[in-house]
Amino acid sequence: MGMILDYLGGDHRACDDLFASAEAAVAQKNWDNARSLFDRFQAAMAHHLRMEEDVLFPAFETRTGNTMGPTYVMRTEHEQIRALLQDMARAVLEADHNAYLGLSETLNMLMQQHNLKEENMLYPMSDQVLAADRETLIRSMDAVAR
Amino acid sequence: MSMQTGLSFEQAPPFAQPLRFFLTAPLFLLAAAGLIMLAPAALASRWTLPALALTHALTLGFLAMAMLGALLQMLPVVAGAALPASRGVARFTHFFLAAGTVVLMTGFLGADARALTAAMFLLGCGFAVFLAATAIGLRRAVASATVTGMRLAVISLGLTLLLGMALASMRTGGWTPAKDEIFIAAHVVFGLLGWVLLLVIGVAYQVVPMFQITPPYPPRLMRWLAGTILALLLLHAIAPLLPAATEITLVAESGLAAGVLVFALVTLRLQSRRRRKLPDVTLDFWRVGMASLIASAAVWLLARLWPAWAGSDAYPLLLGVLFIGGFAVSVVCGMLYKIVPFLAWFHLQAQLQARAGSIPTMKDMIAERGKRWQFRLHLGTCMLLIAVPFWPKLLAVPAGTGLALSAVLLEFNLLSAVRRFSRYGGRFS
Repeated sequence: MGMILDYLGGDHRACDDLFASAEAAVAQKNWDNARSLFDRFQAAMAHHLRMEEDVLFPAFETRTGNTMGPTYVMRTEHEQIRALLQDMARAVLEADHNAYLGLSETLNMLMQQHNLKEENMLYPMSDQVLAADRETLIRSMDAVAR
Repeated sequence: MSMQTGLSFEQAPPFAQPLRFFLTAPLFLLAAAGLIMLAPAALASRWTLPALALTHALTLGFLAMAMLGALLQMLPVVAGAALPASRGVARFTHFFLAAGTVVLMTGFLGADARALTAAMFLLGCGFAVFLAATAIGLRRAVASATVTGMRLAVISLGLTLLLGMALASMRTGGWTPAKDEIFIAAHVVFGLLGWVLLLVIGVAYQVVPMFQITPPYPPRLMRWLAGTILALLLLHAIAPLLPAATEITLVAESGLAAGVLVFALVTLRLQSRRRRKLPDVTLDFWRVGMASLIASAAVWLLARLWPAWAGSDAYPLLLGVLFIGGFAVSVVCGMLYKIVPFLAWFHLQAQLQARAGSIPTMKDMIAERGKRWQFRLHLGTCMLLIAVPFWPKLLAVPAGTGLALSAVLLEFNLLSAVRRFSRYGGRFS
């Protein structure tokens, strides 16, 4: 049986991979490549955040009756991530190399410590409290529009 | 379940809490530099009183100061472990650690039994409160290889403290055991290979893959390494009491050297396979740290093959310079350059609810040039320090000057992040 930890944790790795590719293209000032890689990264991130906010978090909140706990913190950090992504989109559009690299270093730290909290705590906790609905949840997350 | 409290936003410690540790640490690096310049005996033999003051300025004043601050910050993030009364614990521990280290250094320098007694009290109180709070926090922590590393490191810190108290009470004339060298060896080994190394290993499991996007550490290494090292440390400590003490000590030391080598080589290998290839001063500090670990193991091996070297004054000093200066100080500097700018950005963003573009990014917090220069100074100082045990008269002043400049620039760099944070309206507590 699939685990939420493996499913969403694997998606973190896929996002990291696109993040690194886009950043490398910016570092080389290969802007055409950078724009298309950044678009793919941004789309993958948007998809990941939606899977959590539209499927996992509501299920977790209903099951635990807690909307001000871990999911609240995660949603707050998602907003910080989205704001940085928006600024990176502008930097990549304006071909502003320094601005992009300053933002991407910040995003990497924010995103990685965020992933750590999810993979060490929230996902294992979800696998536990949502054990019975795990398959359905993973199917619903799979169905979230890309 | 405690995971929820650990993840709650309000539990993220206020910036002032880790920051006071991070800003105090470089001052002790500066004090260490002063000792090297003014008391050349500090690097002539490990047994001189200035050498003891110097060692504790580095290990307690710089390393423990920065590492306790980082641990208070990281426990909630990596382990979901909220510390009880964390604000009070941070303030109390910081004050007693700083005061205790100063008093201990004066106690050594002046061979003053009253100062040593006072230092025992101050450091004992400071660490006891910290150890009690982290023990409670770590009991609630979500299990992982990092948490295991942290637990074993904290246990080693407790043992180092107890052994240090025993040694201090011997110096103040409290009691005189038949073999004090057993206590000294255990104190040094638990402090450096237990507390410092195990904490770095545990933290590396999370941050090495995270900073540069590298593959993860091999799962089998993560499962076994920290526990094996602690077991070997315990064996090493009791070996002198066992029959065949020499052989058992050699086995334990060989195992420890192998563990050190494996950790350093695997870390370098992972970093060479990193996805983010941009220049990064933290990466360079880590690489110097890992190279110094490898050099420490080589110096130890040389002493096994060449007994005259093992018996020299220079051998333990060189080992200490490589492990403390080359490995631990490098890694801590590298970590400070990630942690402080990130926290400055994170708290500013959260407090102002700022749109990302309206506040400085992490990279803007400390000028790249400043970090680069401090790295060069640190590296140059390490090279000089490696040579000091052989030519103390000639090189003590240049090495001490290098260390002083490096310490001042480190403090200046950290303060520049703090200045930007407060200029943009950030609140510290």
